[in-house]
This record gives sequence, structure tokens and C-alpha cells, in this order.
Amino acid sequence: MAPVSMAPPEVDRPDTDRLTDALVDTERPWMTMVWNDPVNLMTYVTFVFQDYFGYDVDKATRLMMQVHEEGRSVVSNGTREEMERDVTAMHGYGLWATMLQDK
Amino acid sequence: MNIEPAPDDGVVLEFEDEEIDVLRSWVEQLLGLIAPSREISDDPLAALVGLETTRDRPDDPALQRLFPDGYSDDEAAAADFRRYTEHDLRRTKSEKAAVVLNSLDGFTGGDALLALDADQARAWLGCLNDLRLVLGTRLDITDEADADAWPEDDDPRAAATFAYHWLTYVQGTLVEAMTPRHP
Repeated sequence: MAPVSMAPPEVDRPDTDRLTDALVDTERPWMTMVWNDPVNLMTYVTFVFQDYFGYDVDKATRLMMQVHEEGRSVVSNGTREEMERDVTAMHGYGLWATMLQDK
Repeated sequence: MNIEPAPDDGVVLEFEDEEIDVLRSWVEQLLGLIAPSREISDDPLAALVGLETTRDRPDDPALQRLFPDGYSDDEAAAADFRRYTEHDLRRTKSEKAAVVLNSLDGFTGGDALLALDADQARAWLGCLNDLRLVLGTRLDITDEADADAWPEDDDPRAAATFAYHWLTYVQGTLVEAMTPRHP
């Protein structure tokens, strides 16, 4: 896609105990981030967003363009389990995706 | 090469004999690269659910691209994620490649057409993408200029570069044939 091939940046996460983490999990949703890469076709990325998430063509195209122009886009959010499912699905399609917690 | 939409979200493929041979060769190589490891955990329960013991990122850059980290900011979580997902991902990607090889066997030569149903078309689409990701990594395609570049005739990477561009064309045509059904 675009001439951007950046590594996902380090995101600072404070050290907290597990109980706090569990509480925070319910308050701060997780996100699935799709990163730009030079191989995936724009039409294919749009297709994937429609096919997997069921987004309409306008939303799918807007997210694809954000990946293309800004290097990344948040394509879904929810619980950690839901985002692990989405990230795995994106990897299945061949998209470069990671999950992170909303800050 | 030609791909047209068909009823019930299927597509109809048309390939030259030489194109079928080239495609089969690349998909077989992909399958050799991504097939799940036979090293399943000694833990019988883990073996039962297909969990691999490996939590390490693959050394091969092409495999790193096919099976990327699921977390960018948490090494331990990324290792766990890989442990729980990489084996299944390898299996589903291998299954897609097997669908493509099976369909290629269905070509009878000459001007034969091949009809794919919706599931088969999806498998083709995913497999073509995996193949392009591997070739793109091997060819060091890191930006759009690389992706658009054509090699000199004496470049040892000419065959792979030509294959990459051809697969891009095939995949683009296939997406187009499949897209109208997802408005």
C-alpha cells in the first residue's frame, strides 16, 4: 500500500498488580490495530473489513484509507478475548494487526 | 488469465496451462513453508487441542510476516498469543493452499474453465495473499516504489518478481470478481 513500513511503537503500560489489571480491563476496552504494509492491496483490505467485520463499503473504505495514509487504524474494540479473536482473524487474512489497550 | 463472477458468490477461473503450472509450483512451495510443525507438546491435553510448545517468534522474516506478534507492547502476551494461535493459523493457511492445489488439479487443460464456490474463492483469495506476502518479504518489498519496480532481465530475482506482479494482478482480479456481493 503506502510507502510506510514502521514497526509498532512501544506503548508504556504501568506496572500494576493482576487485580488492578482485571478491574482496568473492564473499564478500558481493548483495540485491534491494523498496520500499513506495502504488499496488501487496498481493494483486498477493504474486502476484509467488509467480509469479517460486516462493515459497509463506506466504513471499510474509510478505515482502509486511514491505514494507507496514516499507517494504522483502529478497526474494532471490545474485550481482550474479542480482540484476540479479531487479531487472529486479521492474521488469517494476512493483514498485519496487533491488539492494545485503550489509554 | 480471466476471472468472472458466478452465481451464489462463486467465480469462474480461466488460466493458460503455463499459468497453472507456475501457480501450482508457488503454492506447493508456500505449503512447504507454512505446514504446521509436527512437534506437538508432550502434554497430552495440549496435544489434544493442537497446542504447540513453541512461543518463539519464527526466524524466517516471511514467517514473521505471516504469523506476526499479536501484541506490540507486551512480549510475554505476544508469546502466549503465538502459543495459542500459530498452530491453528498454520493449519488454516495450509488448508487454503490445499484448496487451491485441488482446484488446479481440476483444470483439464486447453481453454478449460474452473468454477469455484464462495468458500473455495475465499480460500484462493487468502492463499494468493499469503503467497504475495512471502514473495514480497523475499524480494524486500518495503514500500510502494519497490512494489512497482521491475527487475532487469539478468536480475536473479526476475522470476520471483515477475511472479509477484502476476499474482498481484490475479488477486486484484479475484477481489474485484468477489466484491460486488459485499456492498
